[in-house]
Amino acid sequence: MSDNIVEIDNLSFGYKGRLLHKGINMSFPRGKVVAIMGGSGSGKTTLLRLIGGQLKPTHGKVLVDGKVVHEQDRHGLYLLRRKMGMLFQFGALFTDLSVYENVAFPIREHTDLPETIIRDLVMMKLNAVGLRGARNLMPTELSGGMARRVALARAVALDPEIVMYDEPFTGLDPISMSVTCNLIKKLNDALGATSIVVTHDVKEAFAIADYVYIVANGVVEAEGTPDGLRQSTEPFVHQFVHGDVDGPVPFHYSAPDYRKDMLRGHDA
Amino acid sequence: MLNAIAGKLRGIGHRIIDRLWRLGAAVRFFGYTLIYSGESFRRLHLTIREIYFTGVMSLVIILVSAFFVGMVLALQGYNTLQKYGSSEAIGVLVALSLVRELGPVVTALLFAGRAGTAITAEIGLMKTTEQLSAMEMMAVSPIARVVAPRFWAGVISMPLLAALFSMVGILGGYLVAVPLIGVDHGAFWSQMQANVDFQADIVNGVIKSAVFGVACTMIALFEGFDAPPTAEGVSRATTRTVVNSSLAVLGLDFVLTSFMIS
Repeated sequence: MSDNIVEIDNLSFGYKGRLLHKGINMSFPRGKVVAIMGGSGSGKTTLLRLIGGQLKPTHGKVLVDGKVVHEQDRHGLYLLRRKMGMLFQFGALFTDLSVYENVAFPIREHTDLPETIIRDLVMMKLNAVGLRGARNLMPTELSGGMARRVALARAVALDPEIVMYDEPFTGLDPISMSVTCNLIKKLNDALGATSIVVTHDVKEAFAIADYVYIVANGVVEAEGTPDGLRQSTEPFVHQFVHGDVDGPVPFHYSAPDYRKDMLRGHDA
Repeated sequence: MLNAIAGKLRGIGHRIIDRLWRLGAAVRFFGYTLIYSGESFRRLHLTIREIYFTGVMSLVIILVSAFFVGMVLALQGYNTLQKYGSSEAIGVLVALSLVRELGPVVTALLFAGRAGTAITAEIGLMKTTEQLSAMEMMAVSPIARVVAPRFWAGVISMPLLAALFSMVGILGGYLVAVPLIGVDHGAFWSQMQANVDFQADIVNGVIKSAVFGVACTMIALFEGFDAPPTAEGVSRATTRTVVNSSLAVLGLDFVLTSFMIS
């Protein structure tokens, strides 16, 4: 059994003729929290979809538990996905099901457990995210932070070996952010799972991650432990970690000369 | 000049190829829906729930429309028939018009507007809010869990709704023809009984509505599943559901009628 539960090997992925990833290599050791960071539009979420087999790589491969994801047939892919849990950016709760039924959904779909055991499992998961009392609410009655915690309970309902988080901190107030941050770390330790956290929130990611990859321009620009990256003098890493306006990453999207553009009038 | 013409031709070509791709995708989607139907039959409660949402919830609009259509048919029919002194045939006219044509066709058009749009919007929004992706990532096929139950619910509901449409329409026609206009009660029913054939009229009407059920539900499901995950994308998909379903129903009606009559 390899020490890495997920490995990304020389992966390239293109969409509509544009190459989003150009030869990415990453490895995710068992039991660790690994953060994938990068600016908006750098293809971080796409990486999660490639790991989950929702997209196929143009070149290279993704290995999950030693198996090449894109070579699996539907049955094989679904078996791999049974080992994964994914927290979507805005929760992606089923709006026609209550909080309780949302968490029970994967258990009902994949097991024939009696109702009493399903109830115990759902209660345990909801208790872990602090929302046992909200079990009868509908998703529309939840705040953004609560919805994400319910989604987290659903993602770990079947005790997956890999938990993927897609921008878990976006749009949360500071308290919900800390709660989510602690939950990810706590659940990772409790489940013994590997966590892959896609985010651009440096503070939170560095607080919980064991290892960090920073993706930019389709390649891994930097990688290392949070402490190592914090102390890096490499200009890009410094700009990213400290959020500097000036640096290798330009503020402006590529555009013609400002003066010429303004003088051109309406024909631009 | 030549460049402009070439550009236009290229544009037309692209559009045709896009349409063909979509048609191919729709056929594949239909195939997958049939393949995954077995899984959805095992969870029959899902299909029953959808029959409630698509069939039962459409009852009010279908029955009210049927009542008025029946009444208008009787009024119009009587107006013409009495010129030839055969106003007793009003029952036959109302029944045949409803059972053969108006029942299946108007039901399908109303179904597309009421249930079809609801299906497209619901699935489109499920896609936009990543609920379908979440299902996929939980190793649950959205086609088996979401699409197939709705498909079978539509296919089962449509003939039943069309039958109810015809029944209530005939009742509406009766109320106008007999108590209001004064056509003989016995003649109304006996002529209808003598001239409506079970095989040629009623069974053919049921076949039509079943085919319309497949077409309307499939179009609504595919448009929702294929909708771009944006507010505009879902709204356009919903519009396309109504337009495409209506055209499909009218086109299929002509094809089916020509086979049934010949």
